[in-house]
Amino acid sequence: MEHHLQTPLKKEDIEKLNAGDIVYISGEILTARDEAHARILDMEKEGKKLPFSLEGAAVYHCGPLMQKTKNGWNVVSAGPTTSGRMSKMTPSLLKAHAVRAIIGKGGMKDVADALKNKCVYLAYTGGCAALAAELIKEVKAVYWLDLGMPEAVWVLRVEEFGPLIVGIDAKGKDIFAEVREKAQKRLENQK
Amino acid sequence: MSSKISRENFIRSIADLLRKAEIELPDDVVSTLRKVETAEESQVAKSQLQAILMNIELAKRHGVPMCQDTGIMIFFVEIGTEFQPGFDLEAAIREAVILATAEVPLRPNAVDPLTRKNSLDNTGVGIPDIHWKFVPGNQLKITVAPKGAGSENMSSLRMFNPTETGNIKNFVLETVMNAGGMPCPPLTIGIGIGGSFDAAARLAKEALLEPLDTPMEELEKEILEAVNALGIGCMGLGGSTTALAVHVKTAHCHTASLPVAVNIQCWANRHASVVFKGEK
Repeated sequence: MEHHLQTPLKKEDIEKLNAGDIVYISGEILTARDEAHARILDMEKEGKKLPFSLEGAAVYHCGPLMQKTKNGWNVVSAGPTTSGRMSKMTPSLLKAHAVRAIIGKGGMKDVADALKNKCVYLAYTGGCAALAAELIKEVKAVYWLDLGMPEAVWVLRVEEFGPLIVGIDAKGKDIFAEVREKAQKRLENQK
Repeated sequence: MSSKISRENFIRSIADLLRKAEIELPDDVVSTLRKVETAEESQVAKSQLQAILMNIELAKRHGVPMCQDTGIMIFFVEIGTEFQPGFDLEAAIREAVILATAEVPLRPNAVDPLTRKNSLDNTGVGIPDIHWKFVPGNQLKITVAPKGAGSENMSSLRMFNPTETGNIKNFVLETVMNAGGMPCPPLTIGIGIGGSFDAAARLAKEALLEPLDTPMEELEKEILEAVNALGIGCMGLGGSTTALAVHVKTAHCHTASLPVAVNIQCWANRHASVVFKGEK
């Protein structure tokens, strides 16, 4: 099944997605990797308000290579980073904010429960940085540049951003885990 | 006798070589990716392979690096015994890396291993990594292979007992299994067998440079089949192609040793070469 979604995402938008479906997203997406996740969680603990909204948001695990221009920023290269590093912080993030989609590469371990009825994990093809840059139409804003260019939160306007594969759906089905389990069995049989 | 090329032109050529390696994949890699895309039956894997092929096309068309991880620079230099550059080759290669980092641009990836402080120009102690080899003749061949961390991090090395040659295949399978989708498959797998602790790793890295359409030996075919039977597939989402090729390089080793190194390479098997002729 192929889906074309518009942000901000509603709960109904993601409930209809099944693991293995192909998704294209248009609208705004926000980048966040290790440091941004840590700061979001710190601010939550201190009861501070975020400078951007994560309600219905699509969060992109990405540390882009940007170039400063006269009028703003130009995206040079913006492929996905390994999502596994954010696995531990993701349940707390989802508890505090209604993030509806997480985009990254390689899958995440032990987050399927935290995602249930709330959010989906969308896999974007690793290494496809030129393609991603092509589909990012505008840099709308940047927050927390003090964390460094790759770790800052970039608000990007995208059109038909994809193909994204539903890796973990909101019903708890996790393709990466299934592939891993099957491969493990085949490995045992080969021994 | 000296080389025809000036230091300045050499630096220019090497910076251009780096740009080429970052933007364009070798033909054998692209045609192999096309072949596996056509053969793939899983729709999910097919969509990922199509995205990869489109990305390759766009990077070339727009002259931008195909991946935001532009890697660390690994050079293989084959210098003819009669070739005399007339300048410090190593210093010139470093300068070319700094130039390409600013020009292409490349992501500054070189950091001190403990303080993690970034040098900001992709050079540092031991970086770029340059391997020197003397060969007969009067020419200089330089190959650069930018290596990203996603796949390099999934590589491994083990010192086996000499009687354990039968375990090599399983070691490779376990390495690929643990890596899953993280090193951005479909992979190229370079295996170094023999030599010493460090020589095995170097052999594995050199094996990654073999053209993907090089006919494979029995052991290579056997390992490739076993790897693909795991079904990890493109990006770890399942599918028939987890690896594009397996290449093994061997060297004699101590009678009491059996070093085996497995170097993992993502789909973006980037490398490019240039040859300079010496003066007659």
